[in-house]
Amino acid sequence: MIPTWRRIRARRVETSDTVTLELEHSPADAAPFRPGQFNMLTAPGIGEVPISMSGGAAPGAALLHTVRAVGAVSRALVALEPGAWIGVRGPYGTSWPVREARGGDVVIVAGGIGLAPLRPSVRAILDERDQYGEVVLLYGARSPSERLFPGELEEWRGRGLEVRSTVDVSEPGWRESVGVVTTLLPAARFSGPRSTAFVCGPEIMMRFVAMGLLERGVAPERLFVSLERNMQCGIGLCGHCQLGPLLVCRDGPVVSWKRAAPWLNVREL
Amino acid sequence: MSDLKPLLERHPFFAELTDSDLQLIVSCAKNVRFRAGVHLIREGDPANEFFLIRTGQVALEIFAPGRGAIDLQTVGPGEVIGYSWLFPPHIWQFSARTLEDVRALSIHGTCLRDKCDEDPRLGYRLMKRFAQVILQRLQATRLQLLDLYGKPT
Amino acid sequence: MSEARRLELAALDRLFEVLRSKGYRIIGPTVRDGAILYDDIHSSTDLPRGWTEEQEAGHYRLRRRSDDAHFGFTVGPTSWRRFLDPPEEVLWTAEITAEGSWQTRPSPVSEAPLAFVGVRSCDLHAVAVQDRVFAREDGSPGYTRRRASALWIAVACGESAATCFCASTGTGPRPDVGYDLALTEVLEEGGAWFLAESGSPRGRELLERLPGRRVDVEEREKGEDIPRCAAEQQVRRLDRESARGLTSVLEHPHWDVVAERCLSCANCTLVCPTCFCGSVQDTSDLSGERIERTRRWDSCFTEDHSFIHGGSVRPTIRSRYRQWLTHKLATWWDQFDTSGCIGCGRCITWCPTGIDLTEEVPRLLSSSSEGEDE
Repeated sequence: MIPTWRRIRARRVETSDTVTLELEHSPADAAPFRPGQFNMLTAPGIGEVPISMSGGAAPGAALLHTVRAVGAVSRALVALEPGAWIGVRGPYGTSWPVREARGGDVVIVAGGIGLAPLRPSVRAILDERDQYGEVVLLYGARSPSERLFPGELEEWRGRGLEVRSTVDVSEPGWRESVGVVTTLLPAARFSGPRSTAFVCGPEIMMRFVAMGLLERGVAPERLFVSLERNMQCGIGLCGHCQLGPLLVCRDGPVVSWKRAAPWLNVREL
Repeated sequence: MSDLKPLLERHPFFAELTDSDLQLIVSCAKNVRFRAGVHLIREGDPANEFFLIRTGQVALEIFAPGRGAIDLQTVGPGEVIGYSWLFPPHIWQFSARTLEDVRALSIHGTCLRDKCDEDPRLGYRLMKRFAQVILQRLQATRLQLLDLYGKPT
Repeated sequence: MSEARRLELAALDRLFEVLRSKGYRIIGPTVRDGAILYDDIHSSTDLPRGWTEEQEAGHYRLRRRSDDAHFGFTVGPTSWRRFLDPPEEVLWTAEITAEGSWQTRPSPVSEAPLAFVGVRSCDLHAVAVQDRVFAREDGSPGYTRRRASALWIAVACGESAATCFCASTGTGPRPDVGYDLALTEVLEEGGAWFLAESGSPRGRELLERLPGRRVDVEEREKGEDIPRCAAEQQVRRLDRESARGLTSVLEHPHWDVVAERCLSCANCTLVCPTCFCGSVQDTSDLSGERIERTRRWDSCFTEDHSFIHGGSVRPTIRSRYRQWLTHKLATWWDQFDTSGCIGCGRCITWCPTGIDLTEEVPRLLSSSSEGEDE
């Protein structure tokens, strides 16, 4: 559980409570992670939290973590300025089946900060766009200004990704949808039975999105969600991240709906 | 008018209705077009029709002094706008504004209500369909109210 | 193949001498605070000679034996776990460098190797269960290090406590895995002696240094009868296979009944020899120039255990008891390919309200219809 210490090279404010930290290059980046995996990040003297990588899966790309200030440690991380050092352990956990999804359609559904763990998978898919059929990104956020990576969403659109955004609360000038992300599902352009789905967002949102995707014919074993539980070690020995039989740090965070659904539907498990 | 039947058939809202149902409904339907930025429906006006959106996006909105028009929800192709024609007092509760050029089918309310009264089987099938759509809208609204992406307190 | 030998009582002190000369820190049972605990011991006189205990659900009392047996008891509230995975362990410390980074130092490795004396079969199985959690390449370096150098001197149980059920879980009372040396204390009119068998090259080497002789057939049978009798005394049982079905009864109304009695005090998790949950805390000194990371035992009975931003996933006692029991008996199989229960009965004895998993499991697995016929 010993981290390596890395310097923050850049800090970009994404929304009112979320920043993206770019770390200085390290020889460790030569063995990059797989999209969907996470690192344990240490704010020195404060604590350690699991944060998914939001960029840097491709060799040479900057290692990015997008952090939302929700607790003591994430608040400390978000407050750090370029030049500060943080601890990094990882990569840990399972990943989005980016390769396995080749040859079919891909539906990516993100909610709020859930777009961050999906970003490396979007970029990996776009780098090999011709390997996939239809690729759709449905993104739900609280409001237009609470969306992550708005500039990139436009760029992705230009590279052959159908991007649809929706917000719970509109703002003046918003030209896209208003409503929950599930309302985008019926009209989205993909063939359910030919699709692999990646879903990341609040658990309630994922449950409803999964229902909508199943209705569209996506197979439960090809529908993947990213789970969140208390994690204190990342390596299956602290016991906190259990969801039924799953140790989310080890068997997740990315788990097929087929595997996750029986447990997600039990209250207080 | 008879050339509208294929459009009705193709619209998901009517997917489960029978041929004879559509035959009855088509006489209440008309094909309409709106430019971007105009109102299909205005809050407070008499409600005597509903719209099946064929192309383009429409925003349901409400006006608040000091805040202007607030978009509550957007509705797109394959969806329906307008339930106030179903029940008294037949007044629109919200406004609906086109975000893009919109093509839609407008179904006349009194006309359809009369047909349903004459043929309760048609009325039942139609009400079932409306109930389903309204339920979906209700569930989506509940999720929206949860403020899922907001900060947990 | 191990050769069984007969050791006279005097060999026990010789054993302590040999272990000490080899540099071992010796841990074994001793009477302390009204119970038999595991702690540092230095000679056979530290052992709970002539003591036994009375155990029942929510009940533990030390009792004098009518004889001078050294190992005439079963298991107390401590387990060997606390020496392999200490209740609190500093994992590393770090000091700030001139450029603002951190120089990290793992915790020192200079501990003496541990010799555990008087380990019961159930606890040997418990260690094997914890090995699957901690003793992995990417597991706990501290545990793995201490585990690798530890020496295990097992003792076959001569009697069972009322709370023991290792015979039904296939984990005792006769030591069958994981020991270097196994002793059976044979109490006879003429004086007690030990049947000793080695279970490893280290154990064989040790045995060679203890005065004794080969047992004859009669002596061997006498020794082997002892744990057999202990097994026959057991009144509680648990079917580890059928208990896996607990994941199918997650909404059984009986969870509420147990939750009414459960105080969520975490005793069961603290006395359990296989529980492994630990929380990780980082702290800093006042100058902010020295930081450290500490691991402390945690329990799934605390509300914080499942805390994610916004709140606890398991805010009710019902959900926490359910987590503990289903994990221990069912999902442990999915995670570590074994049951988490080794039949020691500690959780039954040390539960302040006497909740007994051997009673609760059959109730939970029985018909779960919520409505009742009139």
